[in-house]
Amino acid sequence: MTIVLEAKNITKQFPGVLANDQVDFDLRQGEIHAMLGENGAGKTTLMNIIYGLYKPDSGQVSVRGEPIEIHSPKDSIQAGIGMVHQHFMLIPVFSVAENIMLGDETVRYRWALGGKLDQKTVAKRVRELSHQYSLDVDPTALVGQLPVGIQQRVEIVKTLYRNAQILILDEPTAVLTPQEAEDLFRIMHELTEKGVSIIFITHKLKEVLAIADRITVMRAGKVVGTVKPKETNEHKLAAMMVGREVILQVEKKAAKPQEAALKVDGLKIRDFRGLEVVGDISFEIRGGEILGIAGVQGNGQTELIEALTGLRSVAGGKMLFAGKDVTGCSPRTLTETGMAHIPEDRQRHGLVLPYAVADNMVLNTYYLPPFGVRGILQPKAIDANARKLVQDFDVRTPSPYVPTSKLSGGNQQKVIVARELSRAVKLLIANQPTRGLDVGSIEYIHKEIVLMRDLGVAVLLVSAELDEITALSDRIAVMYRGQIVATVEAKKVTREQLGLWMAGGHPEGVPSRRCPEPVEGCCA
Amino acid sequence: MDWRRFGFIALIISVLFGVVVLIGHVQISPVIIITSMLSTTIAVATPLTLGALCGLYCERAGVVNIGIEGMMLAAAFFGWLASIYMNTVFGMAPMPSLIGGVAFAILTGGLLGLLHSVLSVTFKVDQIIGGTVINILAIGITGFLNRQLFFEKGSIFGGNVPHAPGVLPRIQIPYLADMPVVGRIFDQQPITWAAILLVLITHYVLFYTRWGLRTRAVGEHPRAADTVGINVIRMRYANVILGGMLAGLGGAYFTLESVPSFEPLMTNGRGFISLAAMIFGNWTPFGAWSAALVFGAAQALQINLQFFRELIPPQWAFLQISYVVGLAPYLLTMIILTGIIGKNIPPAADGQPYEK
Repeated sequence: MTIVLEAKNITKQFPGVLANDQVDFDLRQGEIHAMLGENGAGKTTLMNIIYGLYKPDSGQVSVRGEPIEIHSPKDSIQAGIGMVHQHFMLIPVFSVAENIMLGDETVRYRWALGGKLDQKTVAKRVRELSHQYSLDVDPTALVGQLPVGIQQRVEIVKTLYRNAQILILDEPTAVLTPQEAEDLFRIMHELTEKGVSIIFITHKLKEVLAIADRITVMRAGKVVGTVKPKETNEHKLAAMMVGREVILQVEKKAAKPQEAALKVDGLKIRDFRGLEVVGDISFEIRGGEILGIAGVQGNGQTELIEALTGLRSVAGGKMLFAGKDVTGCSPRTLTETGMAHIPEDRQRHGLVLPYAVADNMVLNTYYLPPFGVRGILQPKAIDANARKLVQDFDVRTPSPYVPTSKLSGGNQQKVIVARELSRAVKLLIANQPTRGLDVGSIEYIHKEIVLMRDLGVAVLLVSAELDEITALSDRIAVMYRGQIVATVEAKKVTREQLGLWMAGGHPEGVPSRRCPEPVEGCCA
Repeated sequence: MDWRRFGFIALIISVLFGVVVLIGHVQISPVIIITSMLSTTIAVATPLTLGALCGLYCERAGVVNIGIEGMMLAAAFFGWLASIYMNTVFGMAPMPSLIGGVAFAILTGGLLGLLHSVLSVTFKVDQIIGGTVINILAIGITGFLNRQLFFEKGSIFGGNVPHAPGVLPRIQIPYLADMPVVGRIFDQQPITWAAILLVLITHYVLFYTRWGLRTRAVGEHPRAADTVGINVIRMRYANVILGGMLAGLGGAYFTLESVPSFEPLMTNGRGFISLAAMIFGNWTPFGAWSAALVFGAAQALQINLQFFRELIPPQWAFLQISYVVGLAPYLLTMIILTGIIGKNIPPAADGQPYEK
């Protein structure tokens, strides 16, 4: 098979990090070549070099055997390389056709101030392409109004419109629902059958094994090896990625539940329109156990967690925490009472991204001695705290004083975990604690959560990943349309059963709600 | 541009016109009053329209420009100065001197646009600060040179302001300008005609050309534009300079079209009002123009009321005081910004420097 793309000896140095260290990579005609690696392993850097967004310090990229100089995306587009970025490069207020033609416009009447955009011809070509590769994209639709899965197709059509023969997909499944991901895989096969070669960047092992023809694993800026899916398995791949044996299965001893740390009684929450998003929920969590809340996203979990952590007011019901009635208490009071919170969106609600790592580590305790004395911050204490936590929680950062925004997702999450778990806590509320993280970080965070449980902390875990819920929880509560439809011992339930309940199929009946169906914007 | 907004604008203009008709109809026929109001409105809206178009090119490309005021003031001064030099010192005829003056005004605006892009695009200075720098610079430099050149003994013009070559002549649209009564609406000076033409051109450029598509892309999502090979920095430079040139043309209105003289601070906040007009018009050329007409109508009200001074009932007398009517644009802007008339949607990357 011919090699369509080859990168040789690519080295790229960023301040403080060697992002690519003499990387070799090749792509064959019509194959799906997966690039696997942890966050910060250098996959995206390599792709950005191939795509012309970064300049390598040394090394050579060749397309179809010919060495090429890539200074900007223009050159790589010229060479037939297209890239679908993890964060879509689409303009929401433009139509699909406008987004696709941007930078490569078709115009008529050149004399009229550079020409009038020829929307019709572009729309026709988009329809042709979308038909040819079964992509089903409407060129006149406004991109901002399309679901994420379709937006991704627009990105793919955008590259095909530029006659891309080499397609780079950067973490394409991170934003997709399982159904959308299936669709994407079908499209990927369709493309490769027609001769397009695909580089598929991911850190999800299952996907790689399911779809890739070859797998190249990167770690710390170096290529660890290239393997075929048949010759490997999840464990081997994970070990290659992380550099040691990884325990994919969470190891934990039997729980030793103590007295209840949090009791929720008849909690009701309304959204800003006054619609009930959580209705009459009661449950309790005891010290030393993990209660997992399973459910399809948008069934009231976010609102429930916000209410429990004092970020949202409740419409009724009671919360007892450590024996005290804490209904309507401020987040600070709750924090001081011993609640730790790992929020759903770490960048928006968990960290102040431009702040230094050290400052983020005292974000909820800065006013307390030793960090704040009579209203004055104590840099020495904050420094000592940061250095200790960076060490203890293995936060990979060049210094405690870099802006937290410069850290990888996994390390940002570790900063939050370090801040929340370094205090004396009685209750840990973890909402999607491993979303978007790589295997190594997931393993680490799971271990921390189990460790907390073993220390007698009550843990409330919310996750959209059923695997995570079943692996960690001692008891599982299933949420559906703002209600807990079932609470079961984790050992006594199967995945299939949980899936059924999450979809509303619990025998004890689905509670009647205002909405007959889970329409977005109504009960959801 | 939604119809609710246009309706609101039409309503305000009718109210402003109505006030003058109400007061003046006993002396002059309403048709004549309305015609006169319309003619004045179009003329005085000219610098606002051009200023708003300046803001439009800049902000659609993602650069906030609050230096429009300064760009106009500097252009007004240097355009006027150039025309005087050409006329008095180089002995050129009045007409070429005036045209040369306009060219210099546009050049001045363009250079200040260049300064603004160097500050805010290349050096990523806070764009509000960059604009303020231009405003302060313009006030200082025009005030200083005005004094040095014309009012200091021993200066080139020896302590007295020389005769300016006059103002740009009116241009009548054939046939339309010959109509009785309403004809005078079609009898305007060249910069006014240019402004209207530029509104149409800007609409076409922004929404129907490659340039416009790329400009908007750079203002909405510069990174996306970069990934398809568009040079974000160059697009921003070009649009801010282009905007500056439009503001420069707006500045020429003050000293080469409206009156043949320069006074310090003569733009008198028009640059800021044009920024408001741009927001009022939801970052669209027609919206901005109609908003500029509203503010123009408020000014026309004040000008036209002078003809009926003795007819104004005492309780309406306050309308004659310039700052009362002058408040109108600001009040209207505040109403618009509350979102009652519909949501204002600025370009998504407006004001954000592009970092690779």
